[in-house]
Amino acid sequence: MNEARTSQERRDRASRIALPILVLALLLLIWEAIVRINHIPPYVLPGPGLILTTLVDDWELLSHSLTVTLVTTVEGFLLAAFGGVGLALLFNQSRLLEYSLYPYAVILQVTPIVAIAPLLLIYLPQPLAVLACAWIVAFFPVLANTTLGLHSVDRNLSDLFTLYGASRRQVLWHLKLPCALPYILGGLQIAGGLSLIGAVVAEIAAGSAGAGSGLAYRIAESGYRLNIPRMFAALLLLSVAGIAIFYVLSFVNHLALRRWHESALSREA
Amino acid sequence: MPPAIKPQTASLLLALHGVSKAFPNGTLALSNLNCDVRAGEFLSLLGPSGCGKSTALRIIAGLSPPSEGSVEWPAYGMAADRTSRIGFVFQEPTLMPWASVFDNAALPLVLKGVAAETIAKRVTGALDRVGLAKFAHVFPRELSGGMRMRVSIARALVTEPQLLLMDEPFAALDEITRFKLNNDLLQVWQATGTTVVFVTHSVFESVYLSSRILVMTARPGRIAAELTIEAPYPRDQSFRTSAEYAAHCRRASTALTQAMSADRPAGDQG
Repeated sequence: MNEARTSQERRDRASRIALPILVLALLLLIWEAIVRINHIPPYVLPGPGLILTTLVDDWELLSHSLTVTLVTTVEGFLLAAFGGVGLALLFNQSRLLEYSLYPYAVILQVTPIVAIAPLLLIYLPQPLAVLACAWIVAFFPVLANTTLGLHSVDRNLSDLFTLYGASRRQVLWHLKLPCALPYILGGLQIAGGLSLIGAVVAEIAAGSAGAGSGLAYRIAESGYRLNIPRMFAALLLLSVAGIAIFYVLSFVNHLALRRWHESALSREA
Repeated sequence: MPPAIKPQTASLLLALHGVSKAFPNGTLALSNLNCDVRAGEFLSLLGPSGCGKSTALRIIAGLSPPSEGSVEWPAYGMAADRTSRIGFVFQEPTLMPWASVFDNAALPLVLKGVAAETIAKRVTGALDRVGLAKFAHVFPRELSGGMRMRVSIARALVTEPQLLLMDEPFAALDEITRFKLNNDLLQVWQATGTTVVFVTHSVFESVYLSSRILVMTARPGRIAAELTIEAPYPRDQSFRTSAEYAAHCRRASTALTQAMSADRPAGDQG
C-alpha cells in the first residue's frame, strides 16, 4: 500500500518535470521547422538552432553583460531587502514615522518605473541610476509584506509576552520577527524578480544613451543592428536568470520554514 | 499540602474590590465584582459565555486595567511585580509555531534572562510533570490538541507561579482528553501547591476540579452564588461517578440557571 503510493508519487513527480520539457522540445521543433520550410531570414525570425549557436559564439560578450545585469540585480535586491525590512521595523517601532513616510513609499511604488528611469539617468551616473531603479521596484513588496507580518502577531502570544514582562527588544526578536518571517520571505521572493525587472527597465532606458553594457542594453543595441539572433540569445539569458533567482529564493524560503510553517509542510505530515 | 484545605482559615492571596470593566465600545463586561482568592485553593469561575469571566481573569493578571475598583495582593501591595507570581493558560494553546516544545515552555524563563542550566532543569521538570518529557524537541505542529495544551500548562508552570490562571483551557478538547487533563491538572495542583483560578462554562468540570466555585451572572458579570465542594482530594474516576458528585453538580447547575434567569441580584453573596 505504502509502496504503491510512493511509486505513484515518483511517477507524478517525474511527469511534472518531463512534461514541460517535452512541450518545450516540441515547440522548438515546430519553430525550427517553420523557419526552415518557409526560408524565413534570420533578421526576421531566427530558428532555435541559430539562437543557440549565437549564444555560444557571442558567449564572451553576452556573459559579460549577464554578469553586469546580475550584479545590479543582486545589489538592488540586497538594498531592497535590508531597506524594506529595516524601514518596516522602524515603522513598527514608531507610529509617527510610519504615518509620515508610508505614503511616499506608496507613491514610489505606484509611479511606473519606466517613467522614472529616464529622469534618474539625468541626475545619477548610469550604473547608480540602474541600481536605483532595481531598488525602487524591489523594495516596496518587502516593506509592505514585512509590515503586514509584524502586524499579524497572535494577540494571546502578545499578551503572554506582556505578562512575563518582555522588553520591546525581546518582543521584536522572540515574537514579531519570527512571526513575520514567512511574510518577509514572501516579499523577498517577489522582490527578487522585480529587482531584475527594474534593472532591465533602467538599462533599456539608458540604452539609447549608449553607455551601458548589461543584457538589456545588449538587446536594445542588437535591435538597432538588426542582430535578431543575439536579441533572442540575450532574452534567453535574462529569462534563465529570472528563473534561477526565483528558485534560489524558493529554496531559501523552504530551508527557513520547513520545520514549522504550513506552507512548507506536506499534507500528510 | 492542599488536600485538606479549610477555605475559612486559608490565607488571602488576592482580592477584587468592586471591579467593573467597560470596553470602549460601551459594553459593560463586569459590574461591581467582589471576590477573594485564597492561597492554595482551586477556585472556578462558572458562568455562561460572555459573562466576563475571561475579563476578570485578564484583570487579575494585569493584562487589562479595571475601569473601576481594584485588585489587591495583601502580601505584596498593589504595585509589586506580578510577573513572577502568575502563570496564564489561554483557551488556545497559544504556542509559538516556530519554536520546539522545549523552547515554548522555556519562554517565560528566557524572557527573564534566567541562566541556561536553570532553564534546562526547570523546563525538563515542567515537561515531565505534564507527561511530555519525550517530546521536548518536537514542534507544536506535530502534536495533538491535548498535547499542545499540556505544553501550554508546562510553560505556565516553569516560573513556579503562586497563582495559575486558566481561561477555559480544555473547552476545545474532546471529552476523553479533557477528563485525562482534568486528572493531570489536579495532580499538578496537588504536587505544586499552587493556587488555581479556573474559568469554565462547564458545571461538571468545575465541580470535579474545584474546592470552591463562584457562579457568575450573564453580562455584566457579577458573582451570583458561591459553592464549596467539600469532597476530599485526590479525586478520581470514582468521584466522577459518585452520588456526591451528582448532587454537587445539581446544586451548581441550579445556581447557574438562577444566575442566568434572574437579573436581580437574588442570590448575591459576593
